[in-house]
Amino acid sequence: MVEAPRASGAQPLVRRVWQALETVMDPEIPVVSIVELGIVRHVGLREDGRVHVGITPTYSGCPATEWIHRSIREALFGQGLAGVVLETVLWPAWTTEWLSEEGRRKLEAYGIAVERTPSGQIACPRCASQAVERLSEFGSTPCKAHYRCSACLEPFDTFKCI
Amino acid sequence: MITAADCTAGAVSAEERFRYLLRLADTSLVLGQRLSGWVGHAPTLEEDLALGNITLDLIGQARLLLAYAGQVEGRGRDEDQLAFLRDAPEFFNVTLAEQPNGDFGQTIVRQALLDAWQVELYHSLIGSTDEQLANIAAKAMKECRYHWRFSCGWLVRLGDGTEESHARVQAALDGLWRFTGELLTPDALDAHMASHGIAPPLAVIRSRWEARVTAALEEATLRQPPPAYFPWLGKRGVHSEHLGQLLTEMQHLQRLHPGATW
Repeated sequence: MVEAPRASGAQPLVRRVWQALETVMDPEIPVVSIVELGIVRHVGLREDGRVHVGITPTYSGCPATEWIHRSIREALFGQGLAGVVLETVLWPAWTTEWLSEEGRRKLEAYGIAVERTPSGQIACPRCASQAVERLSEFGSTPCKAHYRCSACLEPFDTFKCI
Repeated sequence: MITAADCTAGAVSAEERFRYLLRLADTSLVLGQRLSGWVGHAPTLEEDLALGNITLDLIGQARLLLAYAGQVEGRGRDEDQLAFLRDAPEFFNVTLAEQPNGDFGQTIVRQALLDAWQVELYHSLIGSTDEQLANIAAKAMKECRYHWRFSCGWLVRLGDGTEESHARVQAALDGLWRFTGELLTPDALDAHMASHGIAPPLAVIRSRWEARVTAALEEATLRQPPPAYFPWLGKRGVHSEHLGQLLTEMQHLQRLHPGATW
């Protein structure tokens, strides 16, 4: 897992922003926050007196990106923080490595498996069997592929690692 | 049009960098627009989702590249203005990207030939001296590598499939091969970008592309057509008849209501 620069010891304002961001859920997978998803890259109070938040897209064309930006503004507005500057961070590119352990656990409980390395081992989120077959390289959102468990026959989504 | 005389020596001008970025951006945009035509029409639900997802990636890449191109140009045009308010001669995508979808086999052949090219090109562009381009390339390369896994998989399945599927993809390959010369033959702008380390020399891309494609065609039991003569100049704004029609559809709303926003 890659660790995003976090808030411990940071200014109270920055800590408050991180806490607010932890309440912003992925619109397609409402059990994980954008912090757990690993797409928040930095939070900082800059010289212009405004809070800057760096966000990286999971996929270049992910349609949820704009919704996420709006949700961030709303959440921070709710904390009395208007005029937040959202910055798009492209490097380093997001991979499933950026998911937090907690996020991974929540995804699996929600029925979405996580591929840790490209073509790595995948376990059925329902019965944990590793006897799975890929139905399609693509799925219901850009970040997922479609699999089926050969043991319990349950079809399931997998967070793909590219 | 930029000629050899304009860019033989000296630094890279904003205009030249802008033109080069549009080659990459427009190729992704036009190919994405083409693929979106399959949404709701693909042979199976899984392939429908796959082509729709690849469309999203390509349009996302185009958006990043167009936004950056707009900054480089410095005339205040954003990605939407560049996508929707330019006409065919101002598009610099490679001609292969705009070719019609045809049947599923033709779409797969076009996709595989372009995926192999984008994978190698973006892989090299990660080392570009242009930092923003390098960052976009790092993201795009991973996506294109995944697209190649899909298109190459289907190329092999169809080529080494039934008599019917083999005949169809072979015919598509024979028909589209003449557009591949453009991908691999540098013009003055390509050479100029390479001399400044902004883009890789196309000779490097050619050998990697050929290795990748030759191996895939062999596995697919397809016959590789003879080397393509290079008359296509989409990357210099001279297109086949198909681009104008594609843009008419893609830009319909902005042509009808210029400047309209949600």
